[in-house]
Amino acid sequence: MFAADLLVAQNIGFAVIALVMIVGALRVVTTSNVVHAALWLVVVLSGAAAQYILLAAEFVAITQVLVYIGAVMVLFLFGTMLTRARIGAERDLNNNYWRLGIPVAGVLFAAMTIAVVSSFGDEQLPDEPRVIGVQEISDQIVGPYLLPFWALSFVLLGAIIGAIVLARKD
Amino acid sequence: MLTSQFLLLGAILFCIGVYGVIARKNAVLVLMSIELILNSVNINLLAFALRNGSADGHTFALYIIAVAAAEVGVGLAMVLLIYRNRRSIGLDELSEMRG
Repeated sequence: MFAADLLVAQNIGFAVIALVMIVGALRVVTTSNVVHAALWLVVVLSGAAAQYILLAAEFVAITQVLVYIGAVMVLFLFGTMLTRARIGAERDLNNNYWRLGIPVAGVLFAAMTIAVVSSFGDEQLPDEPRVIGVQEISDQIVGPYLLPFWALSFVLLGAIIGAIVLARKD
Repeated sequence: MLTSQFLLLGAILFCIGVYGVIARKNAVLVLMSIELILNSVNINLLAFALRNGSADGHTFALYIIAVAAAEVGVGLAMVLLIYRNRRSIGLDELSEMRG
C-alpha cells in the first residue's frame, strides 16, 4: 500500500473500523461474561455494517443493522437470560482443550493470508464503482435467484415452526 | 482501497470465529462465534461484488443474513430445550450420542 493511498479517508476509516472489529471479535471469544460477549458482538456487527457501507452496499448494511443488531442480538440476550442462573463473570466457559483452537486458527489464517496475498496482492478496488441500487438487488432476487429465494422462504418457515415446537412448554 | 484488505479482514474474523467454536463450551457463545464466521463471509461477498461490479454478492449476502437469523432462532430454541432438560448448556456434557 502506498503512502498516498493511506491518506485517503476511506483507508483511514477502514483501518479504524477494522481495528475495532478485531478487538471486539477477540473479546467475544475471550471474555468470561456471556452478556459482555453479546455486547461486544454488537460492536463487531456494527463495524461490519460500516464496512458494508464502505463497500458501497447500503441496503445490505441497513439490513445488517435491522436483522442482526435489532433482532438476532435480542434473541441472544433472551437466550442468555433464560439459560443462565447468574449474570456475572463465570469460570467454566471454555473447554478443557481450548488451547487447541489457537494453532488451528493460526494455521487457517496463515493459509488464507497466503491465498489472498498471492491471488490479489495489491489489486485496487475500482475507484468509481458501479452503483448497485435496491432495484437491481430486487430484480436479482425475484429474477435469476428466485429458486434460492423460495428455498430460503421454506427454511425460514421451517425455522419458525421448529423454534415454536422446540421451545413450547408441554 | 485494496481488494485484499477486505479479504484479510474477513480471514481474521473467520479465524477468530473458528477459535471461538473450538474453544467455547457454552452453547450460546458457540452460536455467537458462528455469527462472526457468517459476517466474515458477508464481507468477502460484498468485496467481490464491488470488485466485479455485480449485484450477485449483495443478493447472497442478504440470503446469508436471513439464514443466520433462522439458524439463531432454531439454535437458541434447542439451547433452551437442552437447558430445560439438563439445567446446563455445557456442550461437553451432551454425551448421549457417544457410541
